[in-house]
Amino acid sequence: MRPTAPLILAAAATVLAAGTLTACGSGSGSSPDTVRIAYERSTSNKVRIMDNYLESVKKEFEKANPGKKVELLPIQADENAYYTKIQQMMRSPRTAPDLVYEDTFLINSDIKSGYLAPIDTYLKNWPSWQHFVPTAKAAAKAQDGKTYGVPDGTDTRGIWFNKDIFRKAGLPTDWQPKNWADILDAARTIKQKVPGTVPLNIYTGKGPGEAAVMQGFEMLLYGTGADPLYDAKQGKWVAGSKGFTDSLAFVNTVFAEKLGLDKSDALDPNAMTNVQTDWVPKSKLAIDIDGSFAGQQWLPSGGSPWPAWSTTMGQAAMPTQYGQAPGKVSMSGGWTWSIPAKSKNADLAWKMIEQLQTRKNAVKYTIEGAQIACRDDVAQDPAYLKSSPGVKFFTSLVEYTHYRPALPAYPQVSSAIGEAMESVTTGDAGPQAAAKTYDEQLKTAVGDAIVHRP
Amino acid sequence: MSTPATGPQATGPQATGPQATGPQATSPQATSPQATSPQAVVPQGSAGTLHRGGPLGWLPITPAVALLLVFLAGPIGYCVYIAFTNMQLTGSSSTDFVGLANFRRAFADPEFRNAVWLTLVFTVISSIIGQNSLGLALATLMRRASRPVRTVTGIFVIAAWVLPEIVAAFLLYAFFRREGTLNAILDQLHLPSQNWLYSLPILAVSFANVWRGTAFSMLIYSAALNEIPQDITESAELDGAGGLRRFWHITLPMIRRSVATNLMLNTLQTLSVFGLIWAMTRGGPGNRSETLPVFMYDQAFLKSFIGYGTAVALLLLLISSLFSVVYLRLLKTEV
Repeated sequence: MRPTAPLILAAAATVLAAGTLTACGSGSGSSPDTVRIAYERSTSNKVRIMDNYLESVKKEFEKANPGKKVELLPIQADENAYYTKIQQMMRSPRTAPDLVYEDTFLINSDIKSGYLAPIDTYLKNWPSWQHFVPTAKAAAKAQDGKTYGVPDGTDTRGIWFNKDIFRKAGLPTDWQPKNWADILDAARTIKQKVPGTVPLNIYTGKGPGEAAVMQGFEMLLYGTGADPLYDAKQGKWVAGSKGFTDSLAFVNTVFAEKLGLDKSDALDPNAMTNVQTDWVPKSKLAIDIDGSFAGQQWLPSGGSPWPAWSTTMGQAAMPTQYGQAPGKVSMSGGWTWSIPAKSKNADLAWKMIEQLQTRKNAVKYTIEGAQIACRDDVAQDPAYLKSSPGVKFFTSLVEYTHYRPALPAYPQVSSAIGEAMESVTTGDAGPQAAAKTYDEQLKTAVGDAIVHRP
Repeated sequence: MSTPATGPQATGPQATGPQATGPQATSPQATSPQATSPQAVVPQGSAGTLHRGGPLGWLPITPAVALLLVFLAGPIGYCVYIAFTNMQLTGSSSTDFVGLANFRRAFADPEFRNAVWLTLVFTVISSIIGQNSLGLALATLMRRASRPVRTVTGIFVIAAWVLPEIVAAFLLYAFFRREGTLNAILDQLHLPSQNWLYSLPILAVSFANVWRGTAFSMLIYSAALNEIPQDITESAELDGAGGLRRFWHITLPMIRRSVATNLMLNTLQTLSVFGLIWAMTRGGPGNRSETLPVFMYDQAFLKSFIGYGTAVALLLLLISSLFSVVYLRLLKTEV
């Protein structure tokens, strides 16, 4: 017997074993007749708006396409954890869903990673696409000119305030602050005259994540001047600007003067759910800088039904820093339905997108999800215009609105902003020091694509 | 959590279509003809070739070796490789080899230094001092206690240990919260309230870890104390040694080995605690309770720097091995 035989045998056995072991991974239980949909489920167990909507569309889809199935994959997590989870799912063909709900804040980053498939070929033959407003069409367009998702609505941001508390404090119920100082003054008045209520909520810190960065910080920053975060003309991120430090100083003031939530509540990852389903509807909070979608929690279908909200809550636009033109500021985002590059059922997934975006369903979700319409046919729908008193107001903010820089590095920049906010909230660092730390982290995230501003 | 949840794709995410999911690149067609069946090479009537040291002695363990290679060594090797690249979870599709850049970045990163410091504080307070001393104290006291007391104490202490980490974490979160149980009790007693999760987060999570892990030390020490022969203790008592002296001069030297073993297991467990801290504080506020595992998660999954996060994981491994070396030396020295 040749001495090499045992070796060959052992090697062969190893290879065979390895082959059988790894072969078990090819079938993942996904069948070509099933569309698997990954979406975010609210961390509040009372909120099931998206779940209920998808359930109803699922029924329609399965009726219209006999033999086809829809599998819903709800991911109940806070936003940061949701992003991480879907990115990991999309990394492998065995776990990739067929349809994924993507936040426009992350979409360019995920496109660059090769997680998503372009859908231009489908859009070409889809009559409904012409109804989408240009900004919505651009929301999921990448730097390569291709489109990677169909938005199902957008949002704007402003100020919600509680008229009952304002009356008690002797403030006008048709309040419209002209600058940042007006907001702080109103909050100070409330603190003095209506003890026991929280005067002002501005989301902050790493816990609430993007909610804090967009609803809180950027609503301030974009009121300090043009292109305060990213200079599109030069293709560079802005560092060291006075507007940045001023915005941090505002956050710092709110918490140093105890005008905001208790610090530990403000930094809680579930702050947004708590504010919208507890403190606002229970009239514990006077002024809330928040999204147009906050109202969806108070509808009968929401997590904290509150019929009196339409008479109790007033809305105001967020003013610019000193009231400089255009006087008002808002931020917009939104979510899109996208098809992962590693999905094996792209065609069926597209069919599902069409089902989600029939005119009837588009109107239904825009109303139930308290979205701002991003289709002209939905925007004219009488049901939408009557859906809630807030809708008209928040739709009017569209002309003042800004979009976040849709760039792959944005998520990392956002994370650095969250940390800067957290350090001025806790008082660990002053606005200057926190801005300096941000500049350093910006360098790590985007390298040399930085422009310094005085 | 040290390995990514998905199969490695060094080719980048554009590569569509099913790929090999394991890190090895074996191809099943490597089977050579003479290896198709074992009988082909086993000579007639030599059943003895399968004994130890025989030519086919390795055959029975090959499946196990293959398993280990595919599911253990592969991912670990892949992790080491990632630590030297700039892989990102999102925002970049290319992965380049960057040498020691991640490690240089770590040593220059004040947040990393802060995480190392907090990890040491957390480990020393909660494991070396807390779990270890409390476990020994409980074990010693329980030897003298009556049976019912022993049973009840044992049930309570061990219950804290068998609870899943995340359940324990939420219990303690609810206990320490500003509107939590502890403050409700303090209020009843008219004592000032606390907000440790915000003001002293590293202490709050250390306390939580002590509460959770003491049972393990207690069990190890109970077993060790039972090993001490009664007659030695009795003769010491006759010689007039008091309780403390007996403990210091007789008990401790006799259970020295258990102490070292227990310290080693405890320390290694505590160094890698993630879920408890994550659920209680998320490493916050700021980064005042961001130990290395939390820092690692934050960098790899929230900031998407998978390469950097993995490099930090390797450094954590290094710190663990330093502790292990110290304890092993303790075990070696003769009484």
